[in-house]
Amino acid sequence: MTRKRALGLGYLSPYIIGLLVFTMIPFGASLYLSFTDYNLMSAPRWTGLENYIDLFTKDRTFRRSLTVTLIYVFTTVPLKLAFALFIAYILNYKLKFINFFRTAFYVPSILGGSIAIAVLWRYIFASEGLVNMMLTGLGFEAVNWFGDPQNALFTITLLRCWQFGSAMVIFLAALQSIDKSLYEAAEIDGASKAHCFIFITIPLITPVIFFNLIMQMVQAFQEFNGPYIITQGGPLKSTYLLPMYIYDEAFRRFDMGYASAIAWVLFVIIMVLTLAAFWSSKKWVYYAGDKRS
Amino acid sequence: MTDISHASDVLSAGADGLAEARAANARQIRNAKISAALRYIILFGVGLMMLYPLIWLVGASFKTNAEIFANPGFIPQEPTTEGYAKGWETSTPYTFGRFFLNSFLIILPKVIGTAISCTMVAYGFARFDFPLKKLLFGSVIAILLLPNVVTRIPQYLLFRDLGWLDSFLPLWVPSAFAGDAFFVFMLVQFLRAIPGDMEEAARVDGANSWQTLVFIVVPMLAPALISVCLFQFMWTMNDFLGPLIYISSVDKYPVSLALKLSIDTTEAFEWNRILAMSVLTITPALIVFFMAQKYFIEGISAGGVKG
Repeated sequence: MTRKRALGLGYLSPYIIGLLVFTMIPFGASLYLSFTDYNLMSAPRWTGLENYIDLFTKDRTFRRSLTVTLIYVFTTVPLKLAFALFIAYILNYKLKFINFFRTAFYVPSILGGSIAIAVLWRYIFASEGLVNMMLTGLGFEAVNWFGDPQNALFTITLLRCWQFGSAMVIFLAALQSIDKSLYEAAEIDGASKAHCFIFITIPLITPVIFFNLIMQMVQAFQEFNGPYIITQGGPLKSTYLLPMYIYDEAFRRFDMGYASAIAWVLFVIIMVLTLAAFWSSKKWVYYAGDKRS
Repeated sequence: MTDISHASDVLSAGADGLAEARAANARQIRNAKISAALRYIILFGVGLMMLYPLIWLVGASFKTNAEIFANPGFIPQEPTTEGYAKGWETSTPYTFGRFFLNSFLIILPKVIGTAISCTMVAYGFARFDFPLKKLLFGSVIAILLLPNVVTRIPQYLLFRDLGWLDSFLPLWVPSAFAGDAFFVFMLVQFLRAIPGDMEEAARVDGANSWQTLVFIVVPMLAPALISVCLFQFMWTMNDFLGPLIYISSVDKYPVSLALKLSIDTTEAFEWNRILAMSVLTITPALIVFFMAQKYFIEGISAGGVKG
């Protein structure tokens, strides 16, 4: 038995080494660095809370970047999830060509993270790009996508919503697993489609809504490629998301201590929101076989 | 008499009811038809919105530079392959072929390392008992949710101290230590759903745990392992931030960095070169996806995935 125990740990050894070397030690080190002044030239110099005090009292770029990041996350995640659920709901009916549609909707998810698509976005939202050509063709006014701080962030939101496919596939799998007899029973009792959706579908898929919500949120807070390639953070820093600010501080200005402090603020925000979601999930996520309700 | 009139009342009421029911039925069928049509219209509309930018991209890569910002259609009026020929050459001493080679040199060891290490670790989690197992499995979930942004700077410093900057090692090594927790999680879920009978039989026949893993478990895991390899291929192909931080010499650039470089260095009006190279960089991912889409869809449905 002890041999078997050692064996199990043996199989885990790559993971345990990786966990220590590439995750836990760097995790602690970045917390330490966030309390120092470190520019790679000389050893880190302990400065206590100075980085954090600077961030919250002096640094207007940080305040701007934080606001923009929160706006970005709180628009992109709900839009993307609502859209994914809507399409999954339609696909869940017995339709012909369902596989074709599922593939078509999934392709952007495969490619969306690539630089090529970010480049494409620059072209289609350019002032004389595809989107404006179509808008003027339909009789609307052309929109100044990248020149106007109101619009630039939205192009990145649109790019990420365009990649709704993987969230949709997860929703679709959950919808397909719902027992059809529940709907039949509700219909006999006179429930409308909307009622069925709100009182049967939504409660039964809360676990995947929860899962998608957390994953998409963690990911949205780390958005880098979009602002870096499409808008370069502009105009007027209206798309200067925190990951890009961290990158600039760390790898352009080599201010590792300050960059670590920003990273930790971002990390704490993500963690607080994740924990809040987990904590509140007891109230709204329904697990089959759970007797509480 | 009253009885008869009453009976006829009942009858006519019945007939009315029947007619009503028939009308209701017809209405229902009509409504069902309308809503089915509506669904198809939405699906086609959304499908077009999803795919048109890609279709336009492919068309535009064959257009002349003057046409790209003048024609919203995707069929080029004067098709040209100039974008491909000139774009392939790049403004560096290397062609795009070199950058594709670099991408594959990054991807291949990374995928192999991921597959081997994640299989071992998942096997350990799913089939053995050992101290701290719960805590360690909890750490898999924690890493899954841990934003990379918080470990990135010290990792960079670590690789700098090891002298690994400007090599592929920082991109390969963490994956070879089962660093992508998502894959570990997915394989554990998959393994737990497979009963251990076959492995038990092999053990009775005298196979050790390593032989059991290689000859019994790996073949059963094959579909999940294919998903793991495909996702890792796709993510590494698309990865931009990793190479951006670690790779500094142009001769080691993967395609993602090369594409960014060509935006920065190409003349402002040579759009078709950039679009042509964009098409080429997404082609491998598209081919792999269409050859193996079943594994993708199963992979996400099984584990849930970022993307």
